Amino acid sequence: TCEAEAARAAMGGSASLLPREALCEYQELTFLSKQEILLAYKRFSELLPKEERENACSARVPKSQILTLPELRANPFQHRICRVFSTSYDGDDSMSFEDFLDMLSVFSDSATSDIKSHYAFRIFDFDDDGTLDRKDLEKLVNCLTGQGEESRLSNMEMEQLIQNILEESDIDKDGTINLSEFQHVISRSPDFARYGSLQR
Amino acid sequence: MSQPPSFTLCISEDTESDGQEPSPDNEGALHTSFHQLIQEQSSLVEAGLELEMQTRGREHPALPDTCAAAWPEPGQDKQHPSYSSTSLRILASMPSRTIGRSRGAIISQYYNRTARLQRRSSRPPLQQLCRTARPSLRQYDLETDPARATLEDKRSLLVTELLSLLPSQRSHMLLTVPLSLAEKRTLRQELSGQRGPLRQHTQRRVPSSPCGWSKDYIILGCRDLWYRLLSLLPAVQPWRYALKQIGGRFGSSVLSYFLFVKTLLMFNIFLFLILLVFVVALQAAYPPASASPRPFTGLELLTGAGYFTHSLLYYGYYSNITLNDPCASSPNGSTCPLAAPPLPYNMPLAYVFSVGVSFLITCILLVYSMSRSFGESYRVGSSAGDLAIKIFCAWDFKVIQRRSVKLQCENIRTQLKELLAEQRSRSRSLSLCQRLGHTTVLLLAWALSLSTVLGCVLAVHYFSEHMHVVQQDHRARGSSEWQQEAILLVLPLLVSLLNTLMPHLYNLLAMWEKQDSPVAEVYVAICRAQGLPAPLLLPRNLILKMVVLGLLCYQWLSRGVVCSTEECWETCVGQELYRFVVMDFIFTLLDTLFGELVWRLILEKRLKRKQRPEFDIARNVLELIYGQTLTWLGVLFAPLLPAVQMLKLLLLFYIKKTSLMQNCQSPSKPWQASHMSTVFITLLCFPSFLGAAIFLSYTIWSVRPSETCGPFQGLESIYKSGKTWVQVLEKSNPNITWFAWVHQHLVENTFLLFFVSGVLLAVIYFNIQVVRGQRRIIRLLKEQIANEGEDKIFLIQKLHSVYEQRERDAPESQHHAPQKGAGQYRTLLQPSL
Repeated sequence: TCEAEAARAAMGGSASLLPREALCEYQELTFLSKQEILLAYKRFSELLPKEERENACSARVPKSQILTLPELRANPFQHRICRVFSTSYDGDDSMSFEDFLDMLSVFSDSATSDIKSHYAFRIFDFDDDGTLDRKDLEKLVNCLTGQGEESRLSNMEMEQLIQNILEESDIDKDGTINLSEFQHVISRSPDFARYGSLQR
Repeated sequence: MSQPPSFTLCISEDTESDGQEPSPDNEGALHTSFHQLIQEQSSLVEAGLELEMQTRGREHPALPDTCAAAWPEPGQDKQHPSYSSTSLRILASMPSRTIGRSRGAIISQYYNRTARLQRRSSRPPLQQLCRTARPSLRQYDLETDPARATLEDKRSLLVTELLSLLPSQRSHMLLTVPLSLAEKRTLRQELSGQRGPLRQHTQRRVPSSPCGWSKDYIILGCRDLWYRLLSLLPAVQPWRYALKQIGGRFGSSVLSYFLFVKTLLMFNIFLFLILLVFVVALQAAYPPASASPRPFTGLELLTGAGYFTHSLLYYGYYSNITLNDPCASSPNGSTCPLAAPPLPYNMPLAYVFSVGVSFLITCILLVYSMSRSFGESYRVGSSAGDLAIKIFCAWDFKVIQRRSVKLQCENIRTQLKELLAEQRSRSRSLSLCQRLGHTTVLLLAWALSLSTVLGCVLAVHYFSEHMHVVQQDHRARGSSEWQQEAILLVLPLLVSLLNTLMPHLYNLLAMWEKQDSPVAEVYVAICRAQGLPAPLLLPRNLILKMVVLGLLCYQWLSRGVVCSTEECWETCVGQELYRFVVMDFIFTLLDTLFGELVWRLILEKRLKRKQRPEFDIARNVLELIYGQTLTWLGVLFAPLLPAVQMLKLLLLFYIKKTSLMQNCQSPSKPWQASHMSTVFITLLCFPSFLGAAIFLSYTIWSVRPSETCGPFQGLESIYKSGKTWVQVLEKSNPNITWFAWVHQHLVENTFLLFFVSGVLLAVIYFNIQVVRGQRRIIRLLKEQIANEGEDKIFLIQKLHSVYEQRERDAPESQHHAPQKGAGQYRTLLQPSL
């Protein structure tokens, strides 16, 4: 048909068509526009091996393949991002197309700061226990400053830093930062919305 | 809180009930979480735990359980490292923590939100209002009630709640739920399965024609192109990479200097554009008949005189004509043809309004940015530190280049070290004796520096008078043009020399202070090491510059000596200001060359030291502020001065950056600079902009413009031009007499001014009161939260000790189920208050 051919032409003849219904549904449920979803679809199917591209909607891209995206390649939080957005039951952090869209939606410019802070919390929560404790904060700081031995903060500085963060943001003084405390801190930073978009 | 209830914790271990219901928390989304817990779990034999908390009244203080006496004192150990896995599990299942990870909790939260939203949209009955006023209780219900705890139930509850919302609210709610897309789709299907309109609504959005699809793909292609263009954008965005590089290598304090250069550049571009469009371009289009220009010699670039005197650069070139006006030929407007263009362009008005409006907008921008940075520094109820924000909001996910990521890491690391170093130095305090010694040295240094300022000002004053005499002498003797112009350069040379040398003297003074008083050593040493303003250094330098400028302004306006013999004194002042701007630039370059390049070479080659000179932010920023003040002062007399300043700033950015990269070293001890930009903007606003604005207002209101040149020739003052215009307007068009009336009664009348300032003061006062009240409430709420937190810790510890006691008491009598799957644990904390 006409539309399928147009789609093939636009996608370099290598990808299948995204069902129209699904497109509308995604448009309604994500912060992405139709064009962005189609572009995401194209990029997602490029990550798949050739023989799987026909049914890109049901295929899963392994983590190693996801990490080859230029947006994630150098990001220190790449493993956390994969973990948070993956819905894989085996824990291999592979991503389906929907997970991929989810990720792009959260990182898009039009996403609300509420949802951004929610996912930021989950990305920073390294042990997935629902709170940021001292270990999480230490890992977070190490990610921010670089993992190398010479680039890390000294033990004393790290101790001082974590103590300060907890003093500032742990409102109920239970030694950890939970989601609402995190969002409270974030609300003081008006430029959190520029928290970033992963899109090209 | 007035009635502290005593609890009895009855633990009944119910292993059978556990396997039957899926937990709300251990879903697939969690997959490999809680490694540690799960490991502990396998070693422990506990699979399920049901706790019942029963509140006893005060009349039953005696606890039936034997474990009551074994409870430890709460509040001793806040980090709870010794909690057993069961306690940790209970902790992990607290609503405040599950919300960060489990789907069920998120659904519950959004259920509550939806419910609240719905109540708000339809007026609720009173008892419901009471319930919704306690959202945590509702959530608690949903979260822990075993009868409704399954995920499906929660989902259907959420669906029912969502269904009662308006369609737009519903889709927005659906959009903002932080669930995975698959979950959202399920929700949406359930929603549309129960109700038609949503479905129809989406159907309409599908493009009906088959070519809708091809259109999408064409758009997609265009987008691709657009994205390629967008990827070129960083190249267009000025200095993005350079700024990142500087920030990553030298820290935010040095970066703030360059950001300040950028801000000033923006101000000047804005000023230049307004003047260019409304004044300069039009005058260039209608050039007045002028005397034949003098030959260009090249010295004009320095002096601004000669060839430039009769050019667009200066006030004297602009005419008082009304462009586009057919009546210009006849003295009275009555002979005008009816088909006259509706808007004759009055050059004097355009001149004064362009300057006025651009100053007004600059003022608004300055005050706005100042208030914003003040607001960021002093937010109501926020804690003092901003380390947490630095950490949580530090990462810019847009950065994708490997090199940029490295730079960003470097940047963040430097910033964190800065913040921590500042905090450590703040916690150090000096003794009384030390403070006394410090004060003495401070007073001495101040006296010395103030006397040098006074000396400088007197020198400038007498020197300018002397130079004027010399110039008159030369003119009378008929020396060459070149010589006459060169003499003009001597005064700016002296002033710039003083401006460049005196800060070094003040630096020496600070060094002497440092040697003289070991008490201030720590403080001054830190400041000096960073090339940062020792707080003593900044005001001295600033005072010197501002006092010298004030003296010059006085000389120009009083016309006692300077410019007294010129036929067009405005042009003369404009030329003076041009010379000052250019000379300031040259001396900045020389200072960069000698202070940074040559000094580095000396340090490296002669003294064989590894050390490099450090970038003196305070001095450089003050030089920028000084240059900007000159520009603002000169806008009225030389409308193209902002263009000169723009060029100067552009060159300065690249030269300073190159010099910084080549000659300077990164701060050895990092220093925090979060308030630097606030300080810079404040300095720019208060002495600099305010001074320039006062100078210009005085000029416009009460200084008589030249008789034979410029747009305001023949008027008593520049302000009068507006007044005559209003009168002309009133005469020419009787329909707008109201305008003249408004002008006469509101603008000229001082009562309105007093009234407006009175209202403003009242508003400010009310705002202060409101903020004070908010602060008080915030403090109370914070206290309450802290109390709740302590209560929580207390309860957790009680729980823990009860559990331990139980385990110790009856390890044999209970039967355990060690074979339970690791992921199957669940905890139920059932309250019955």
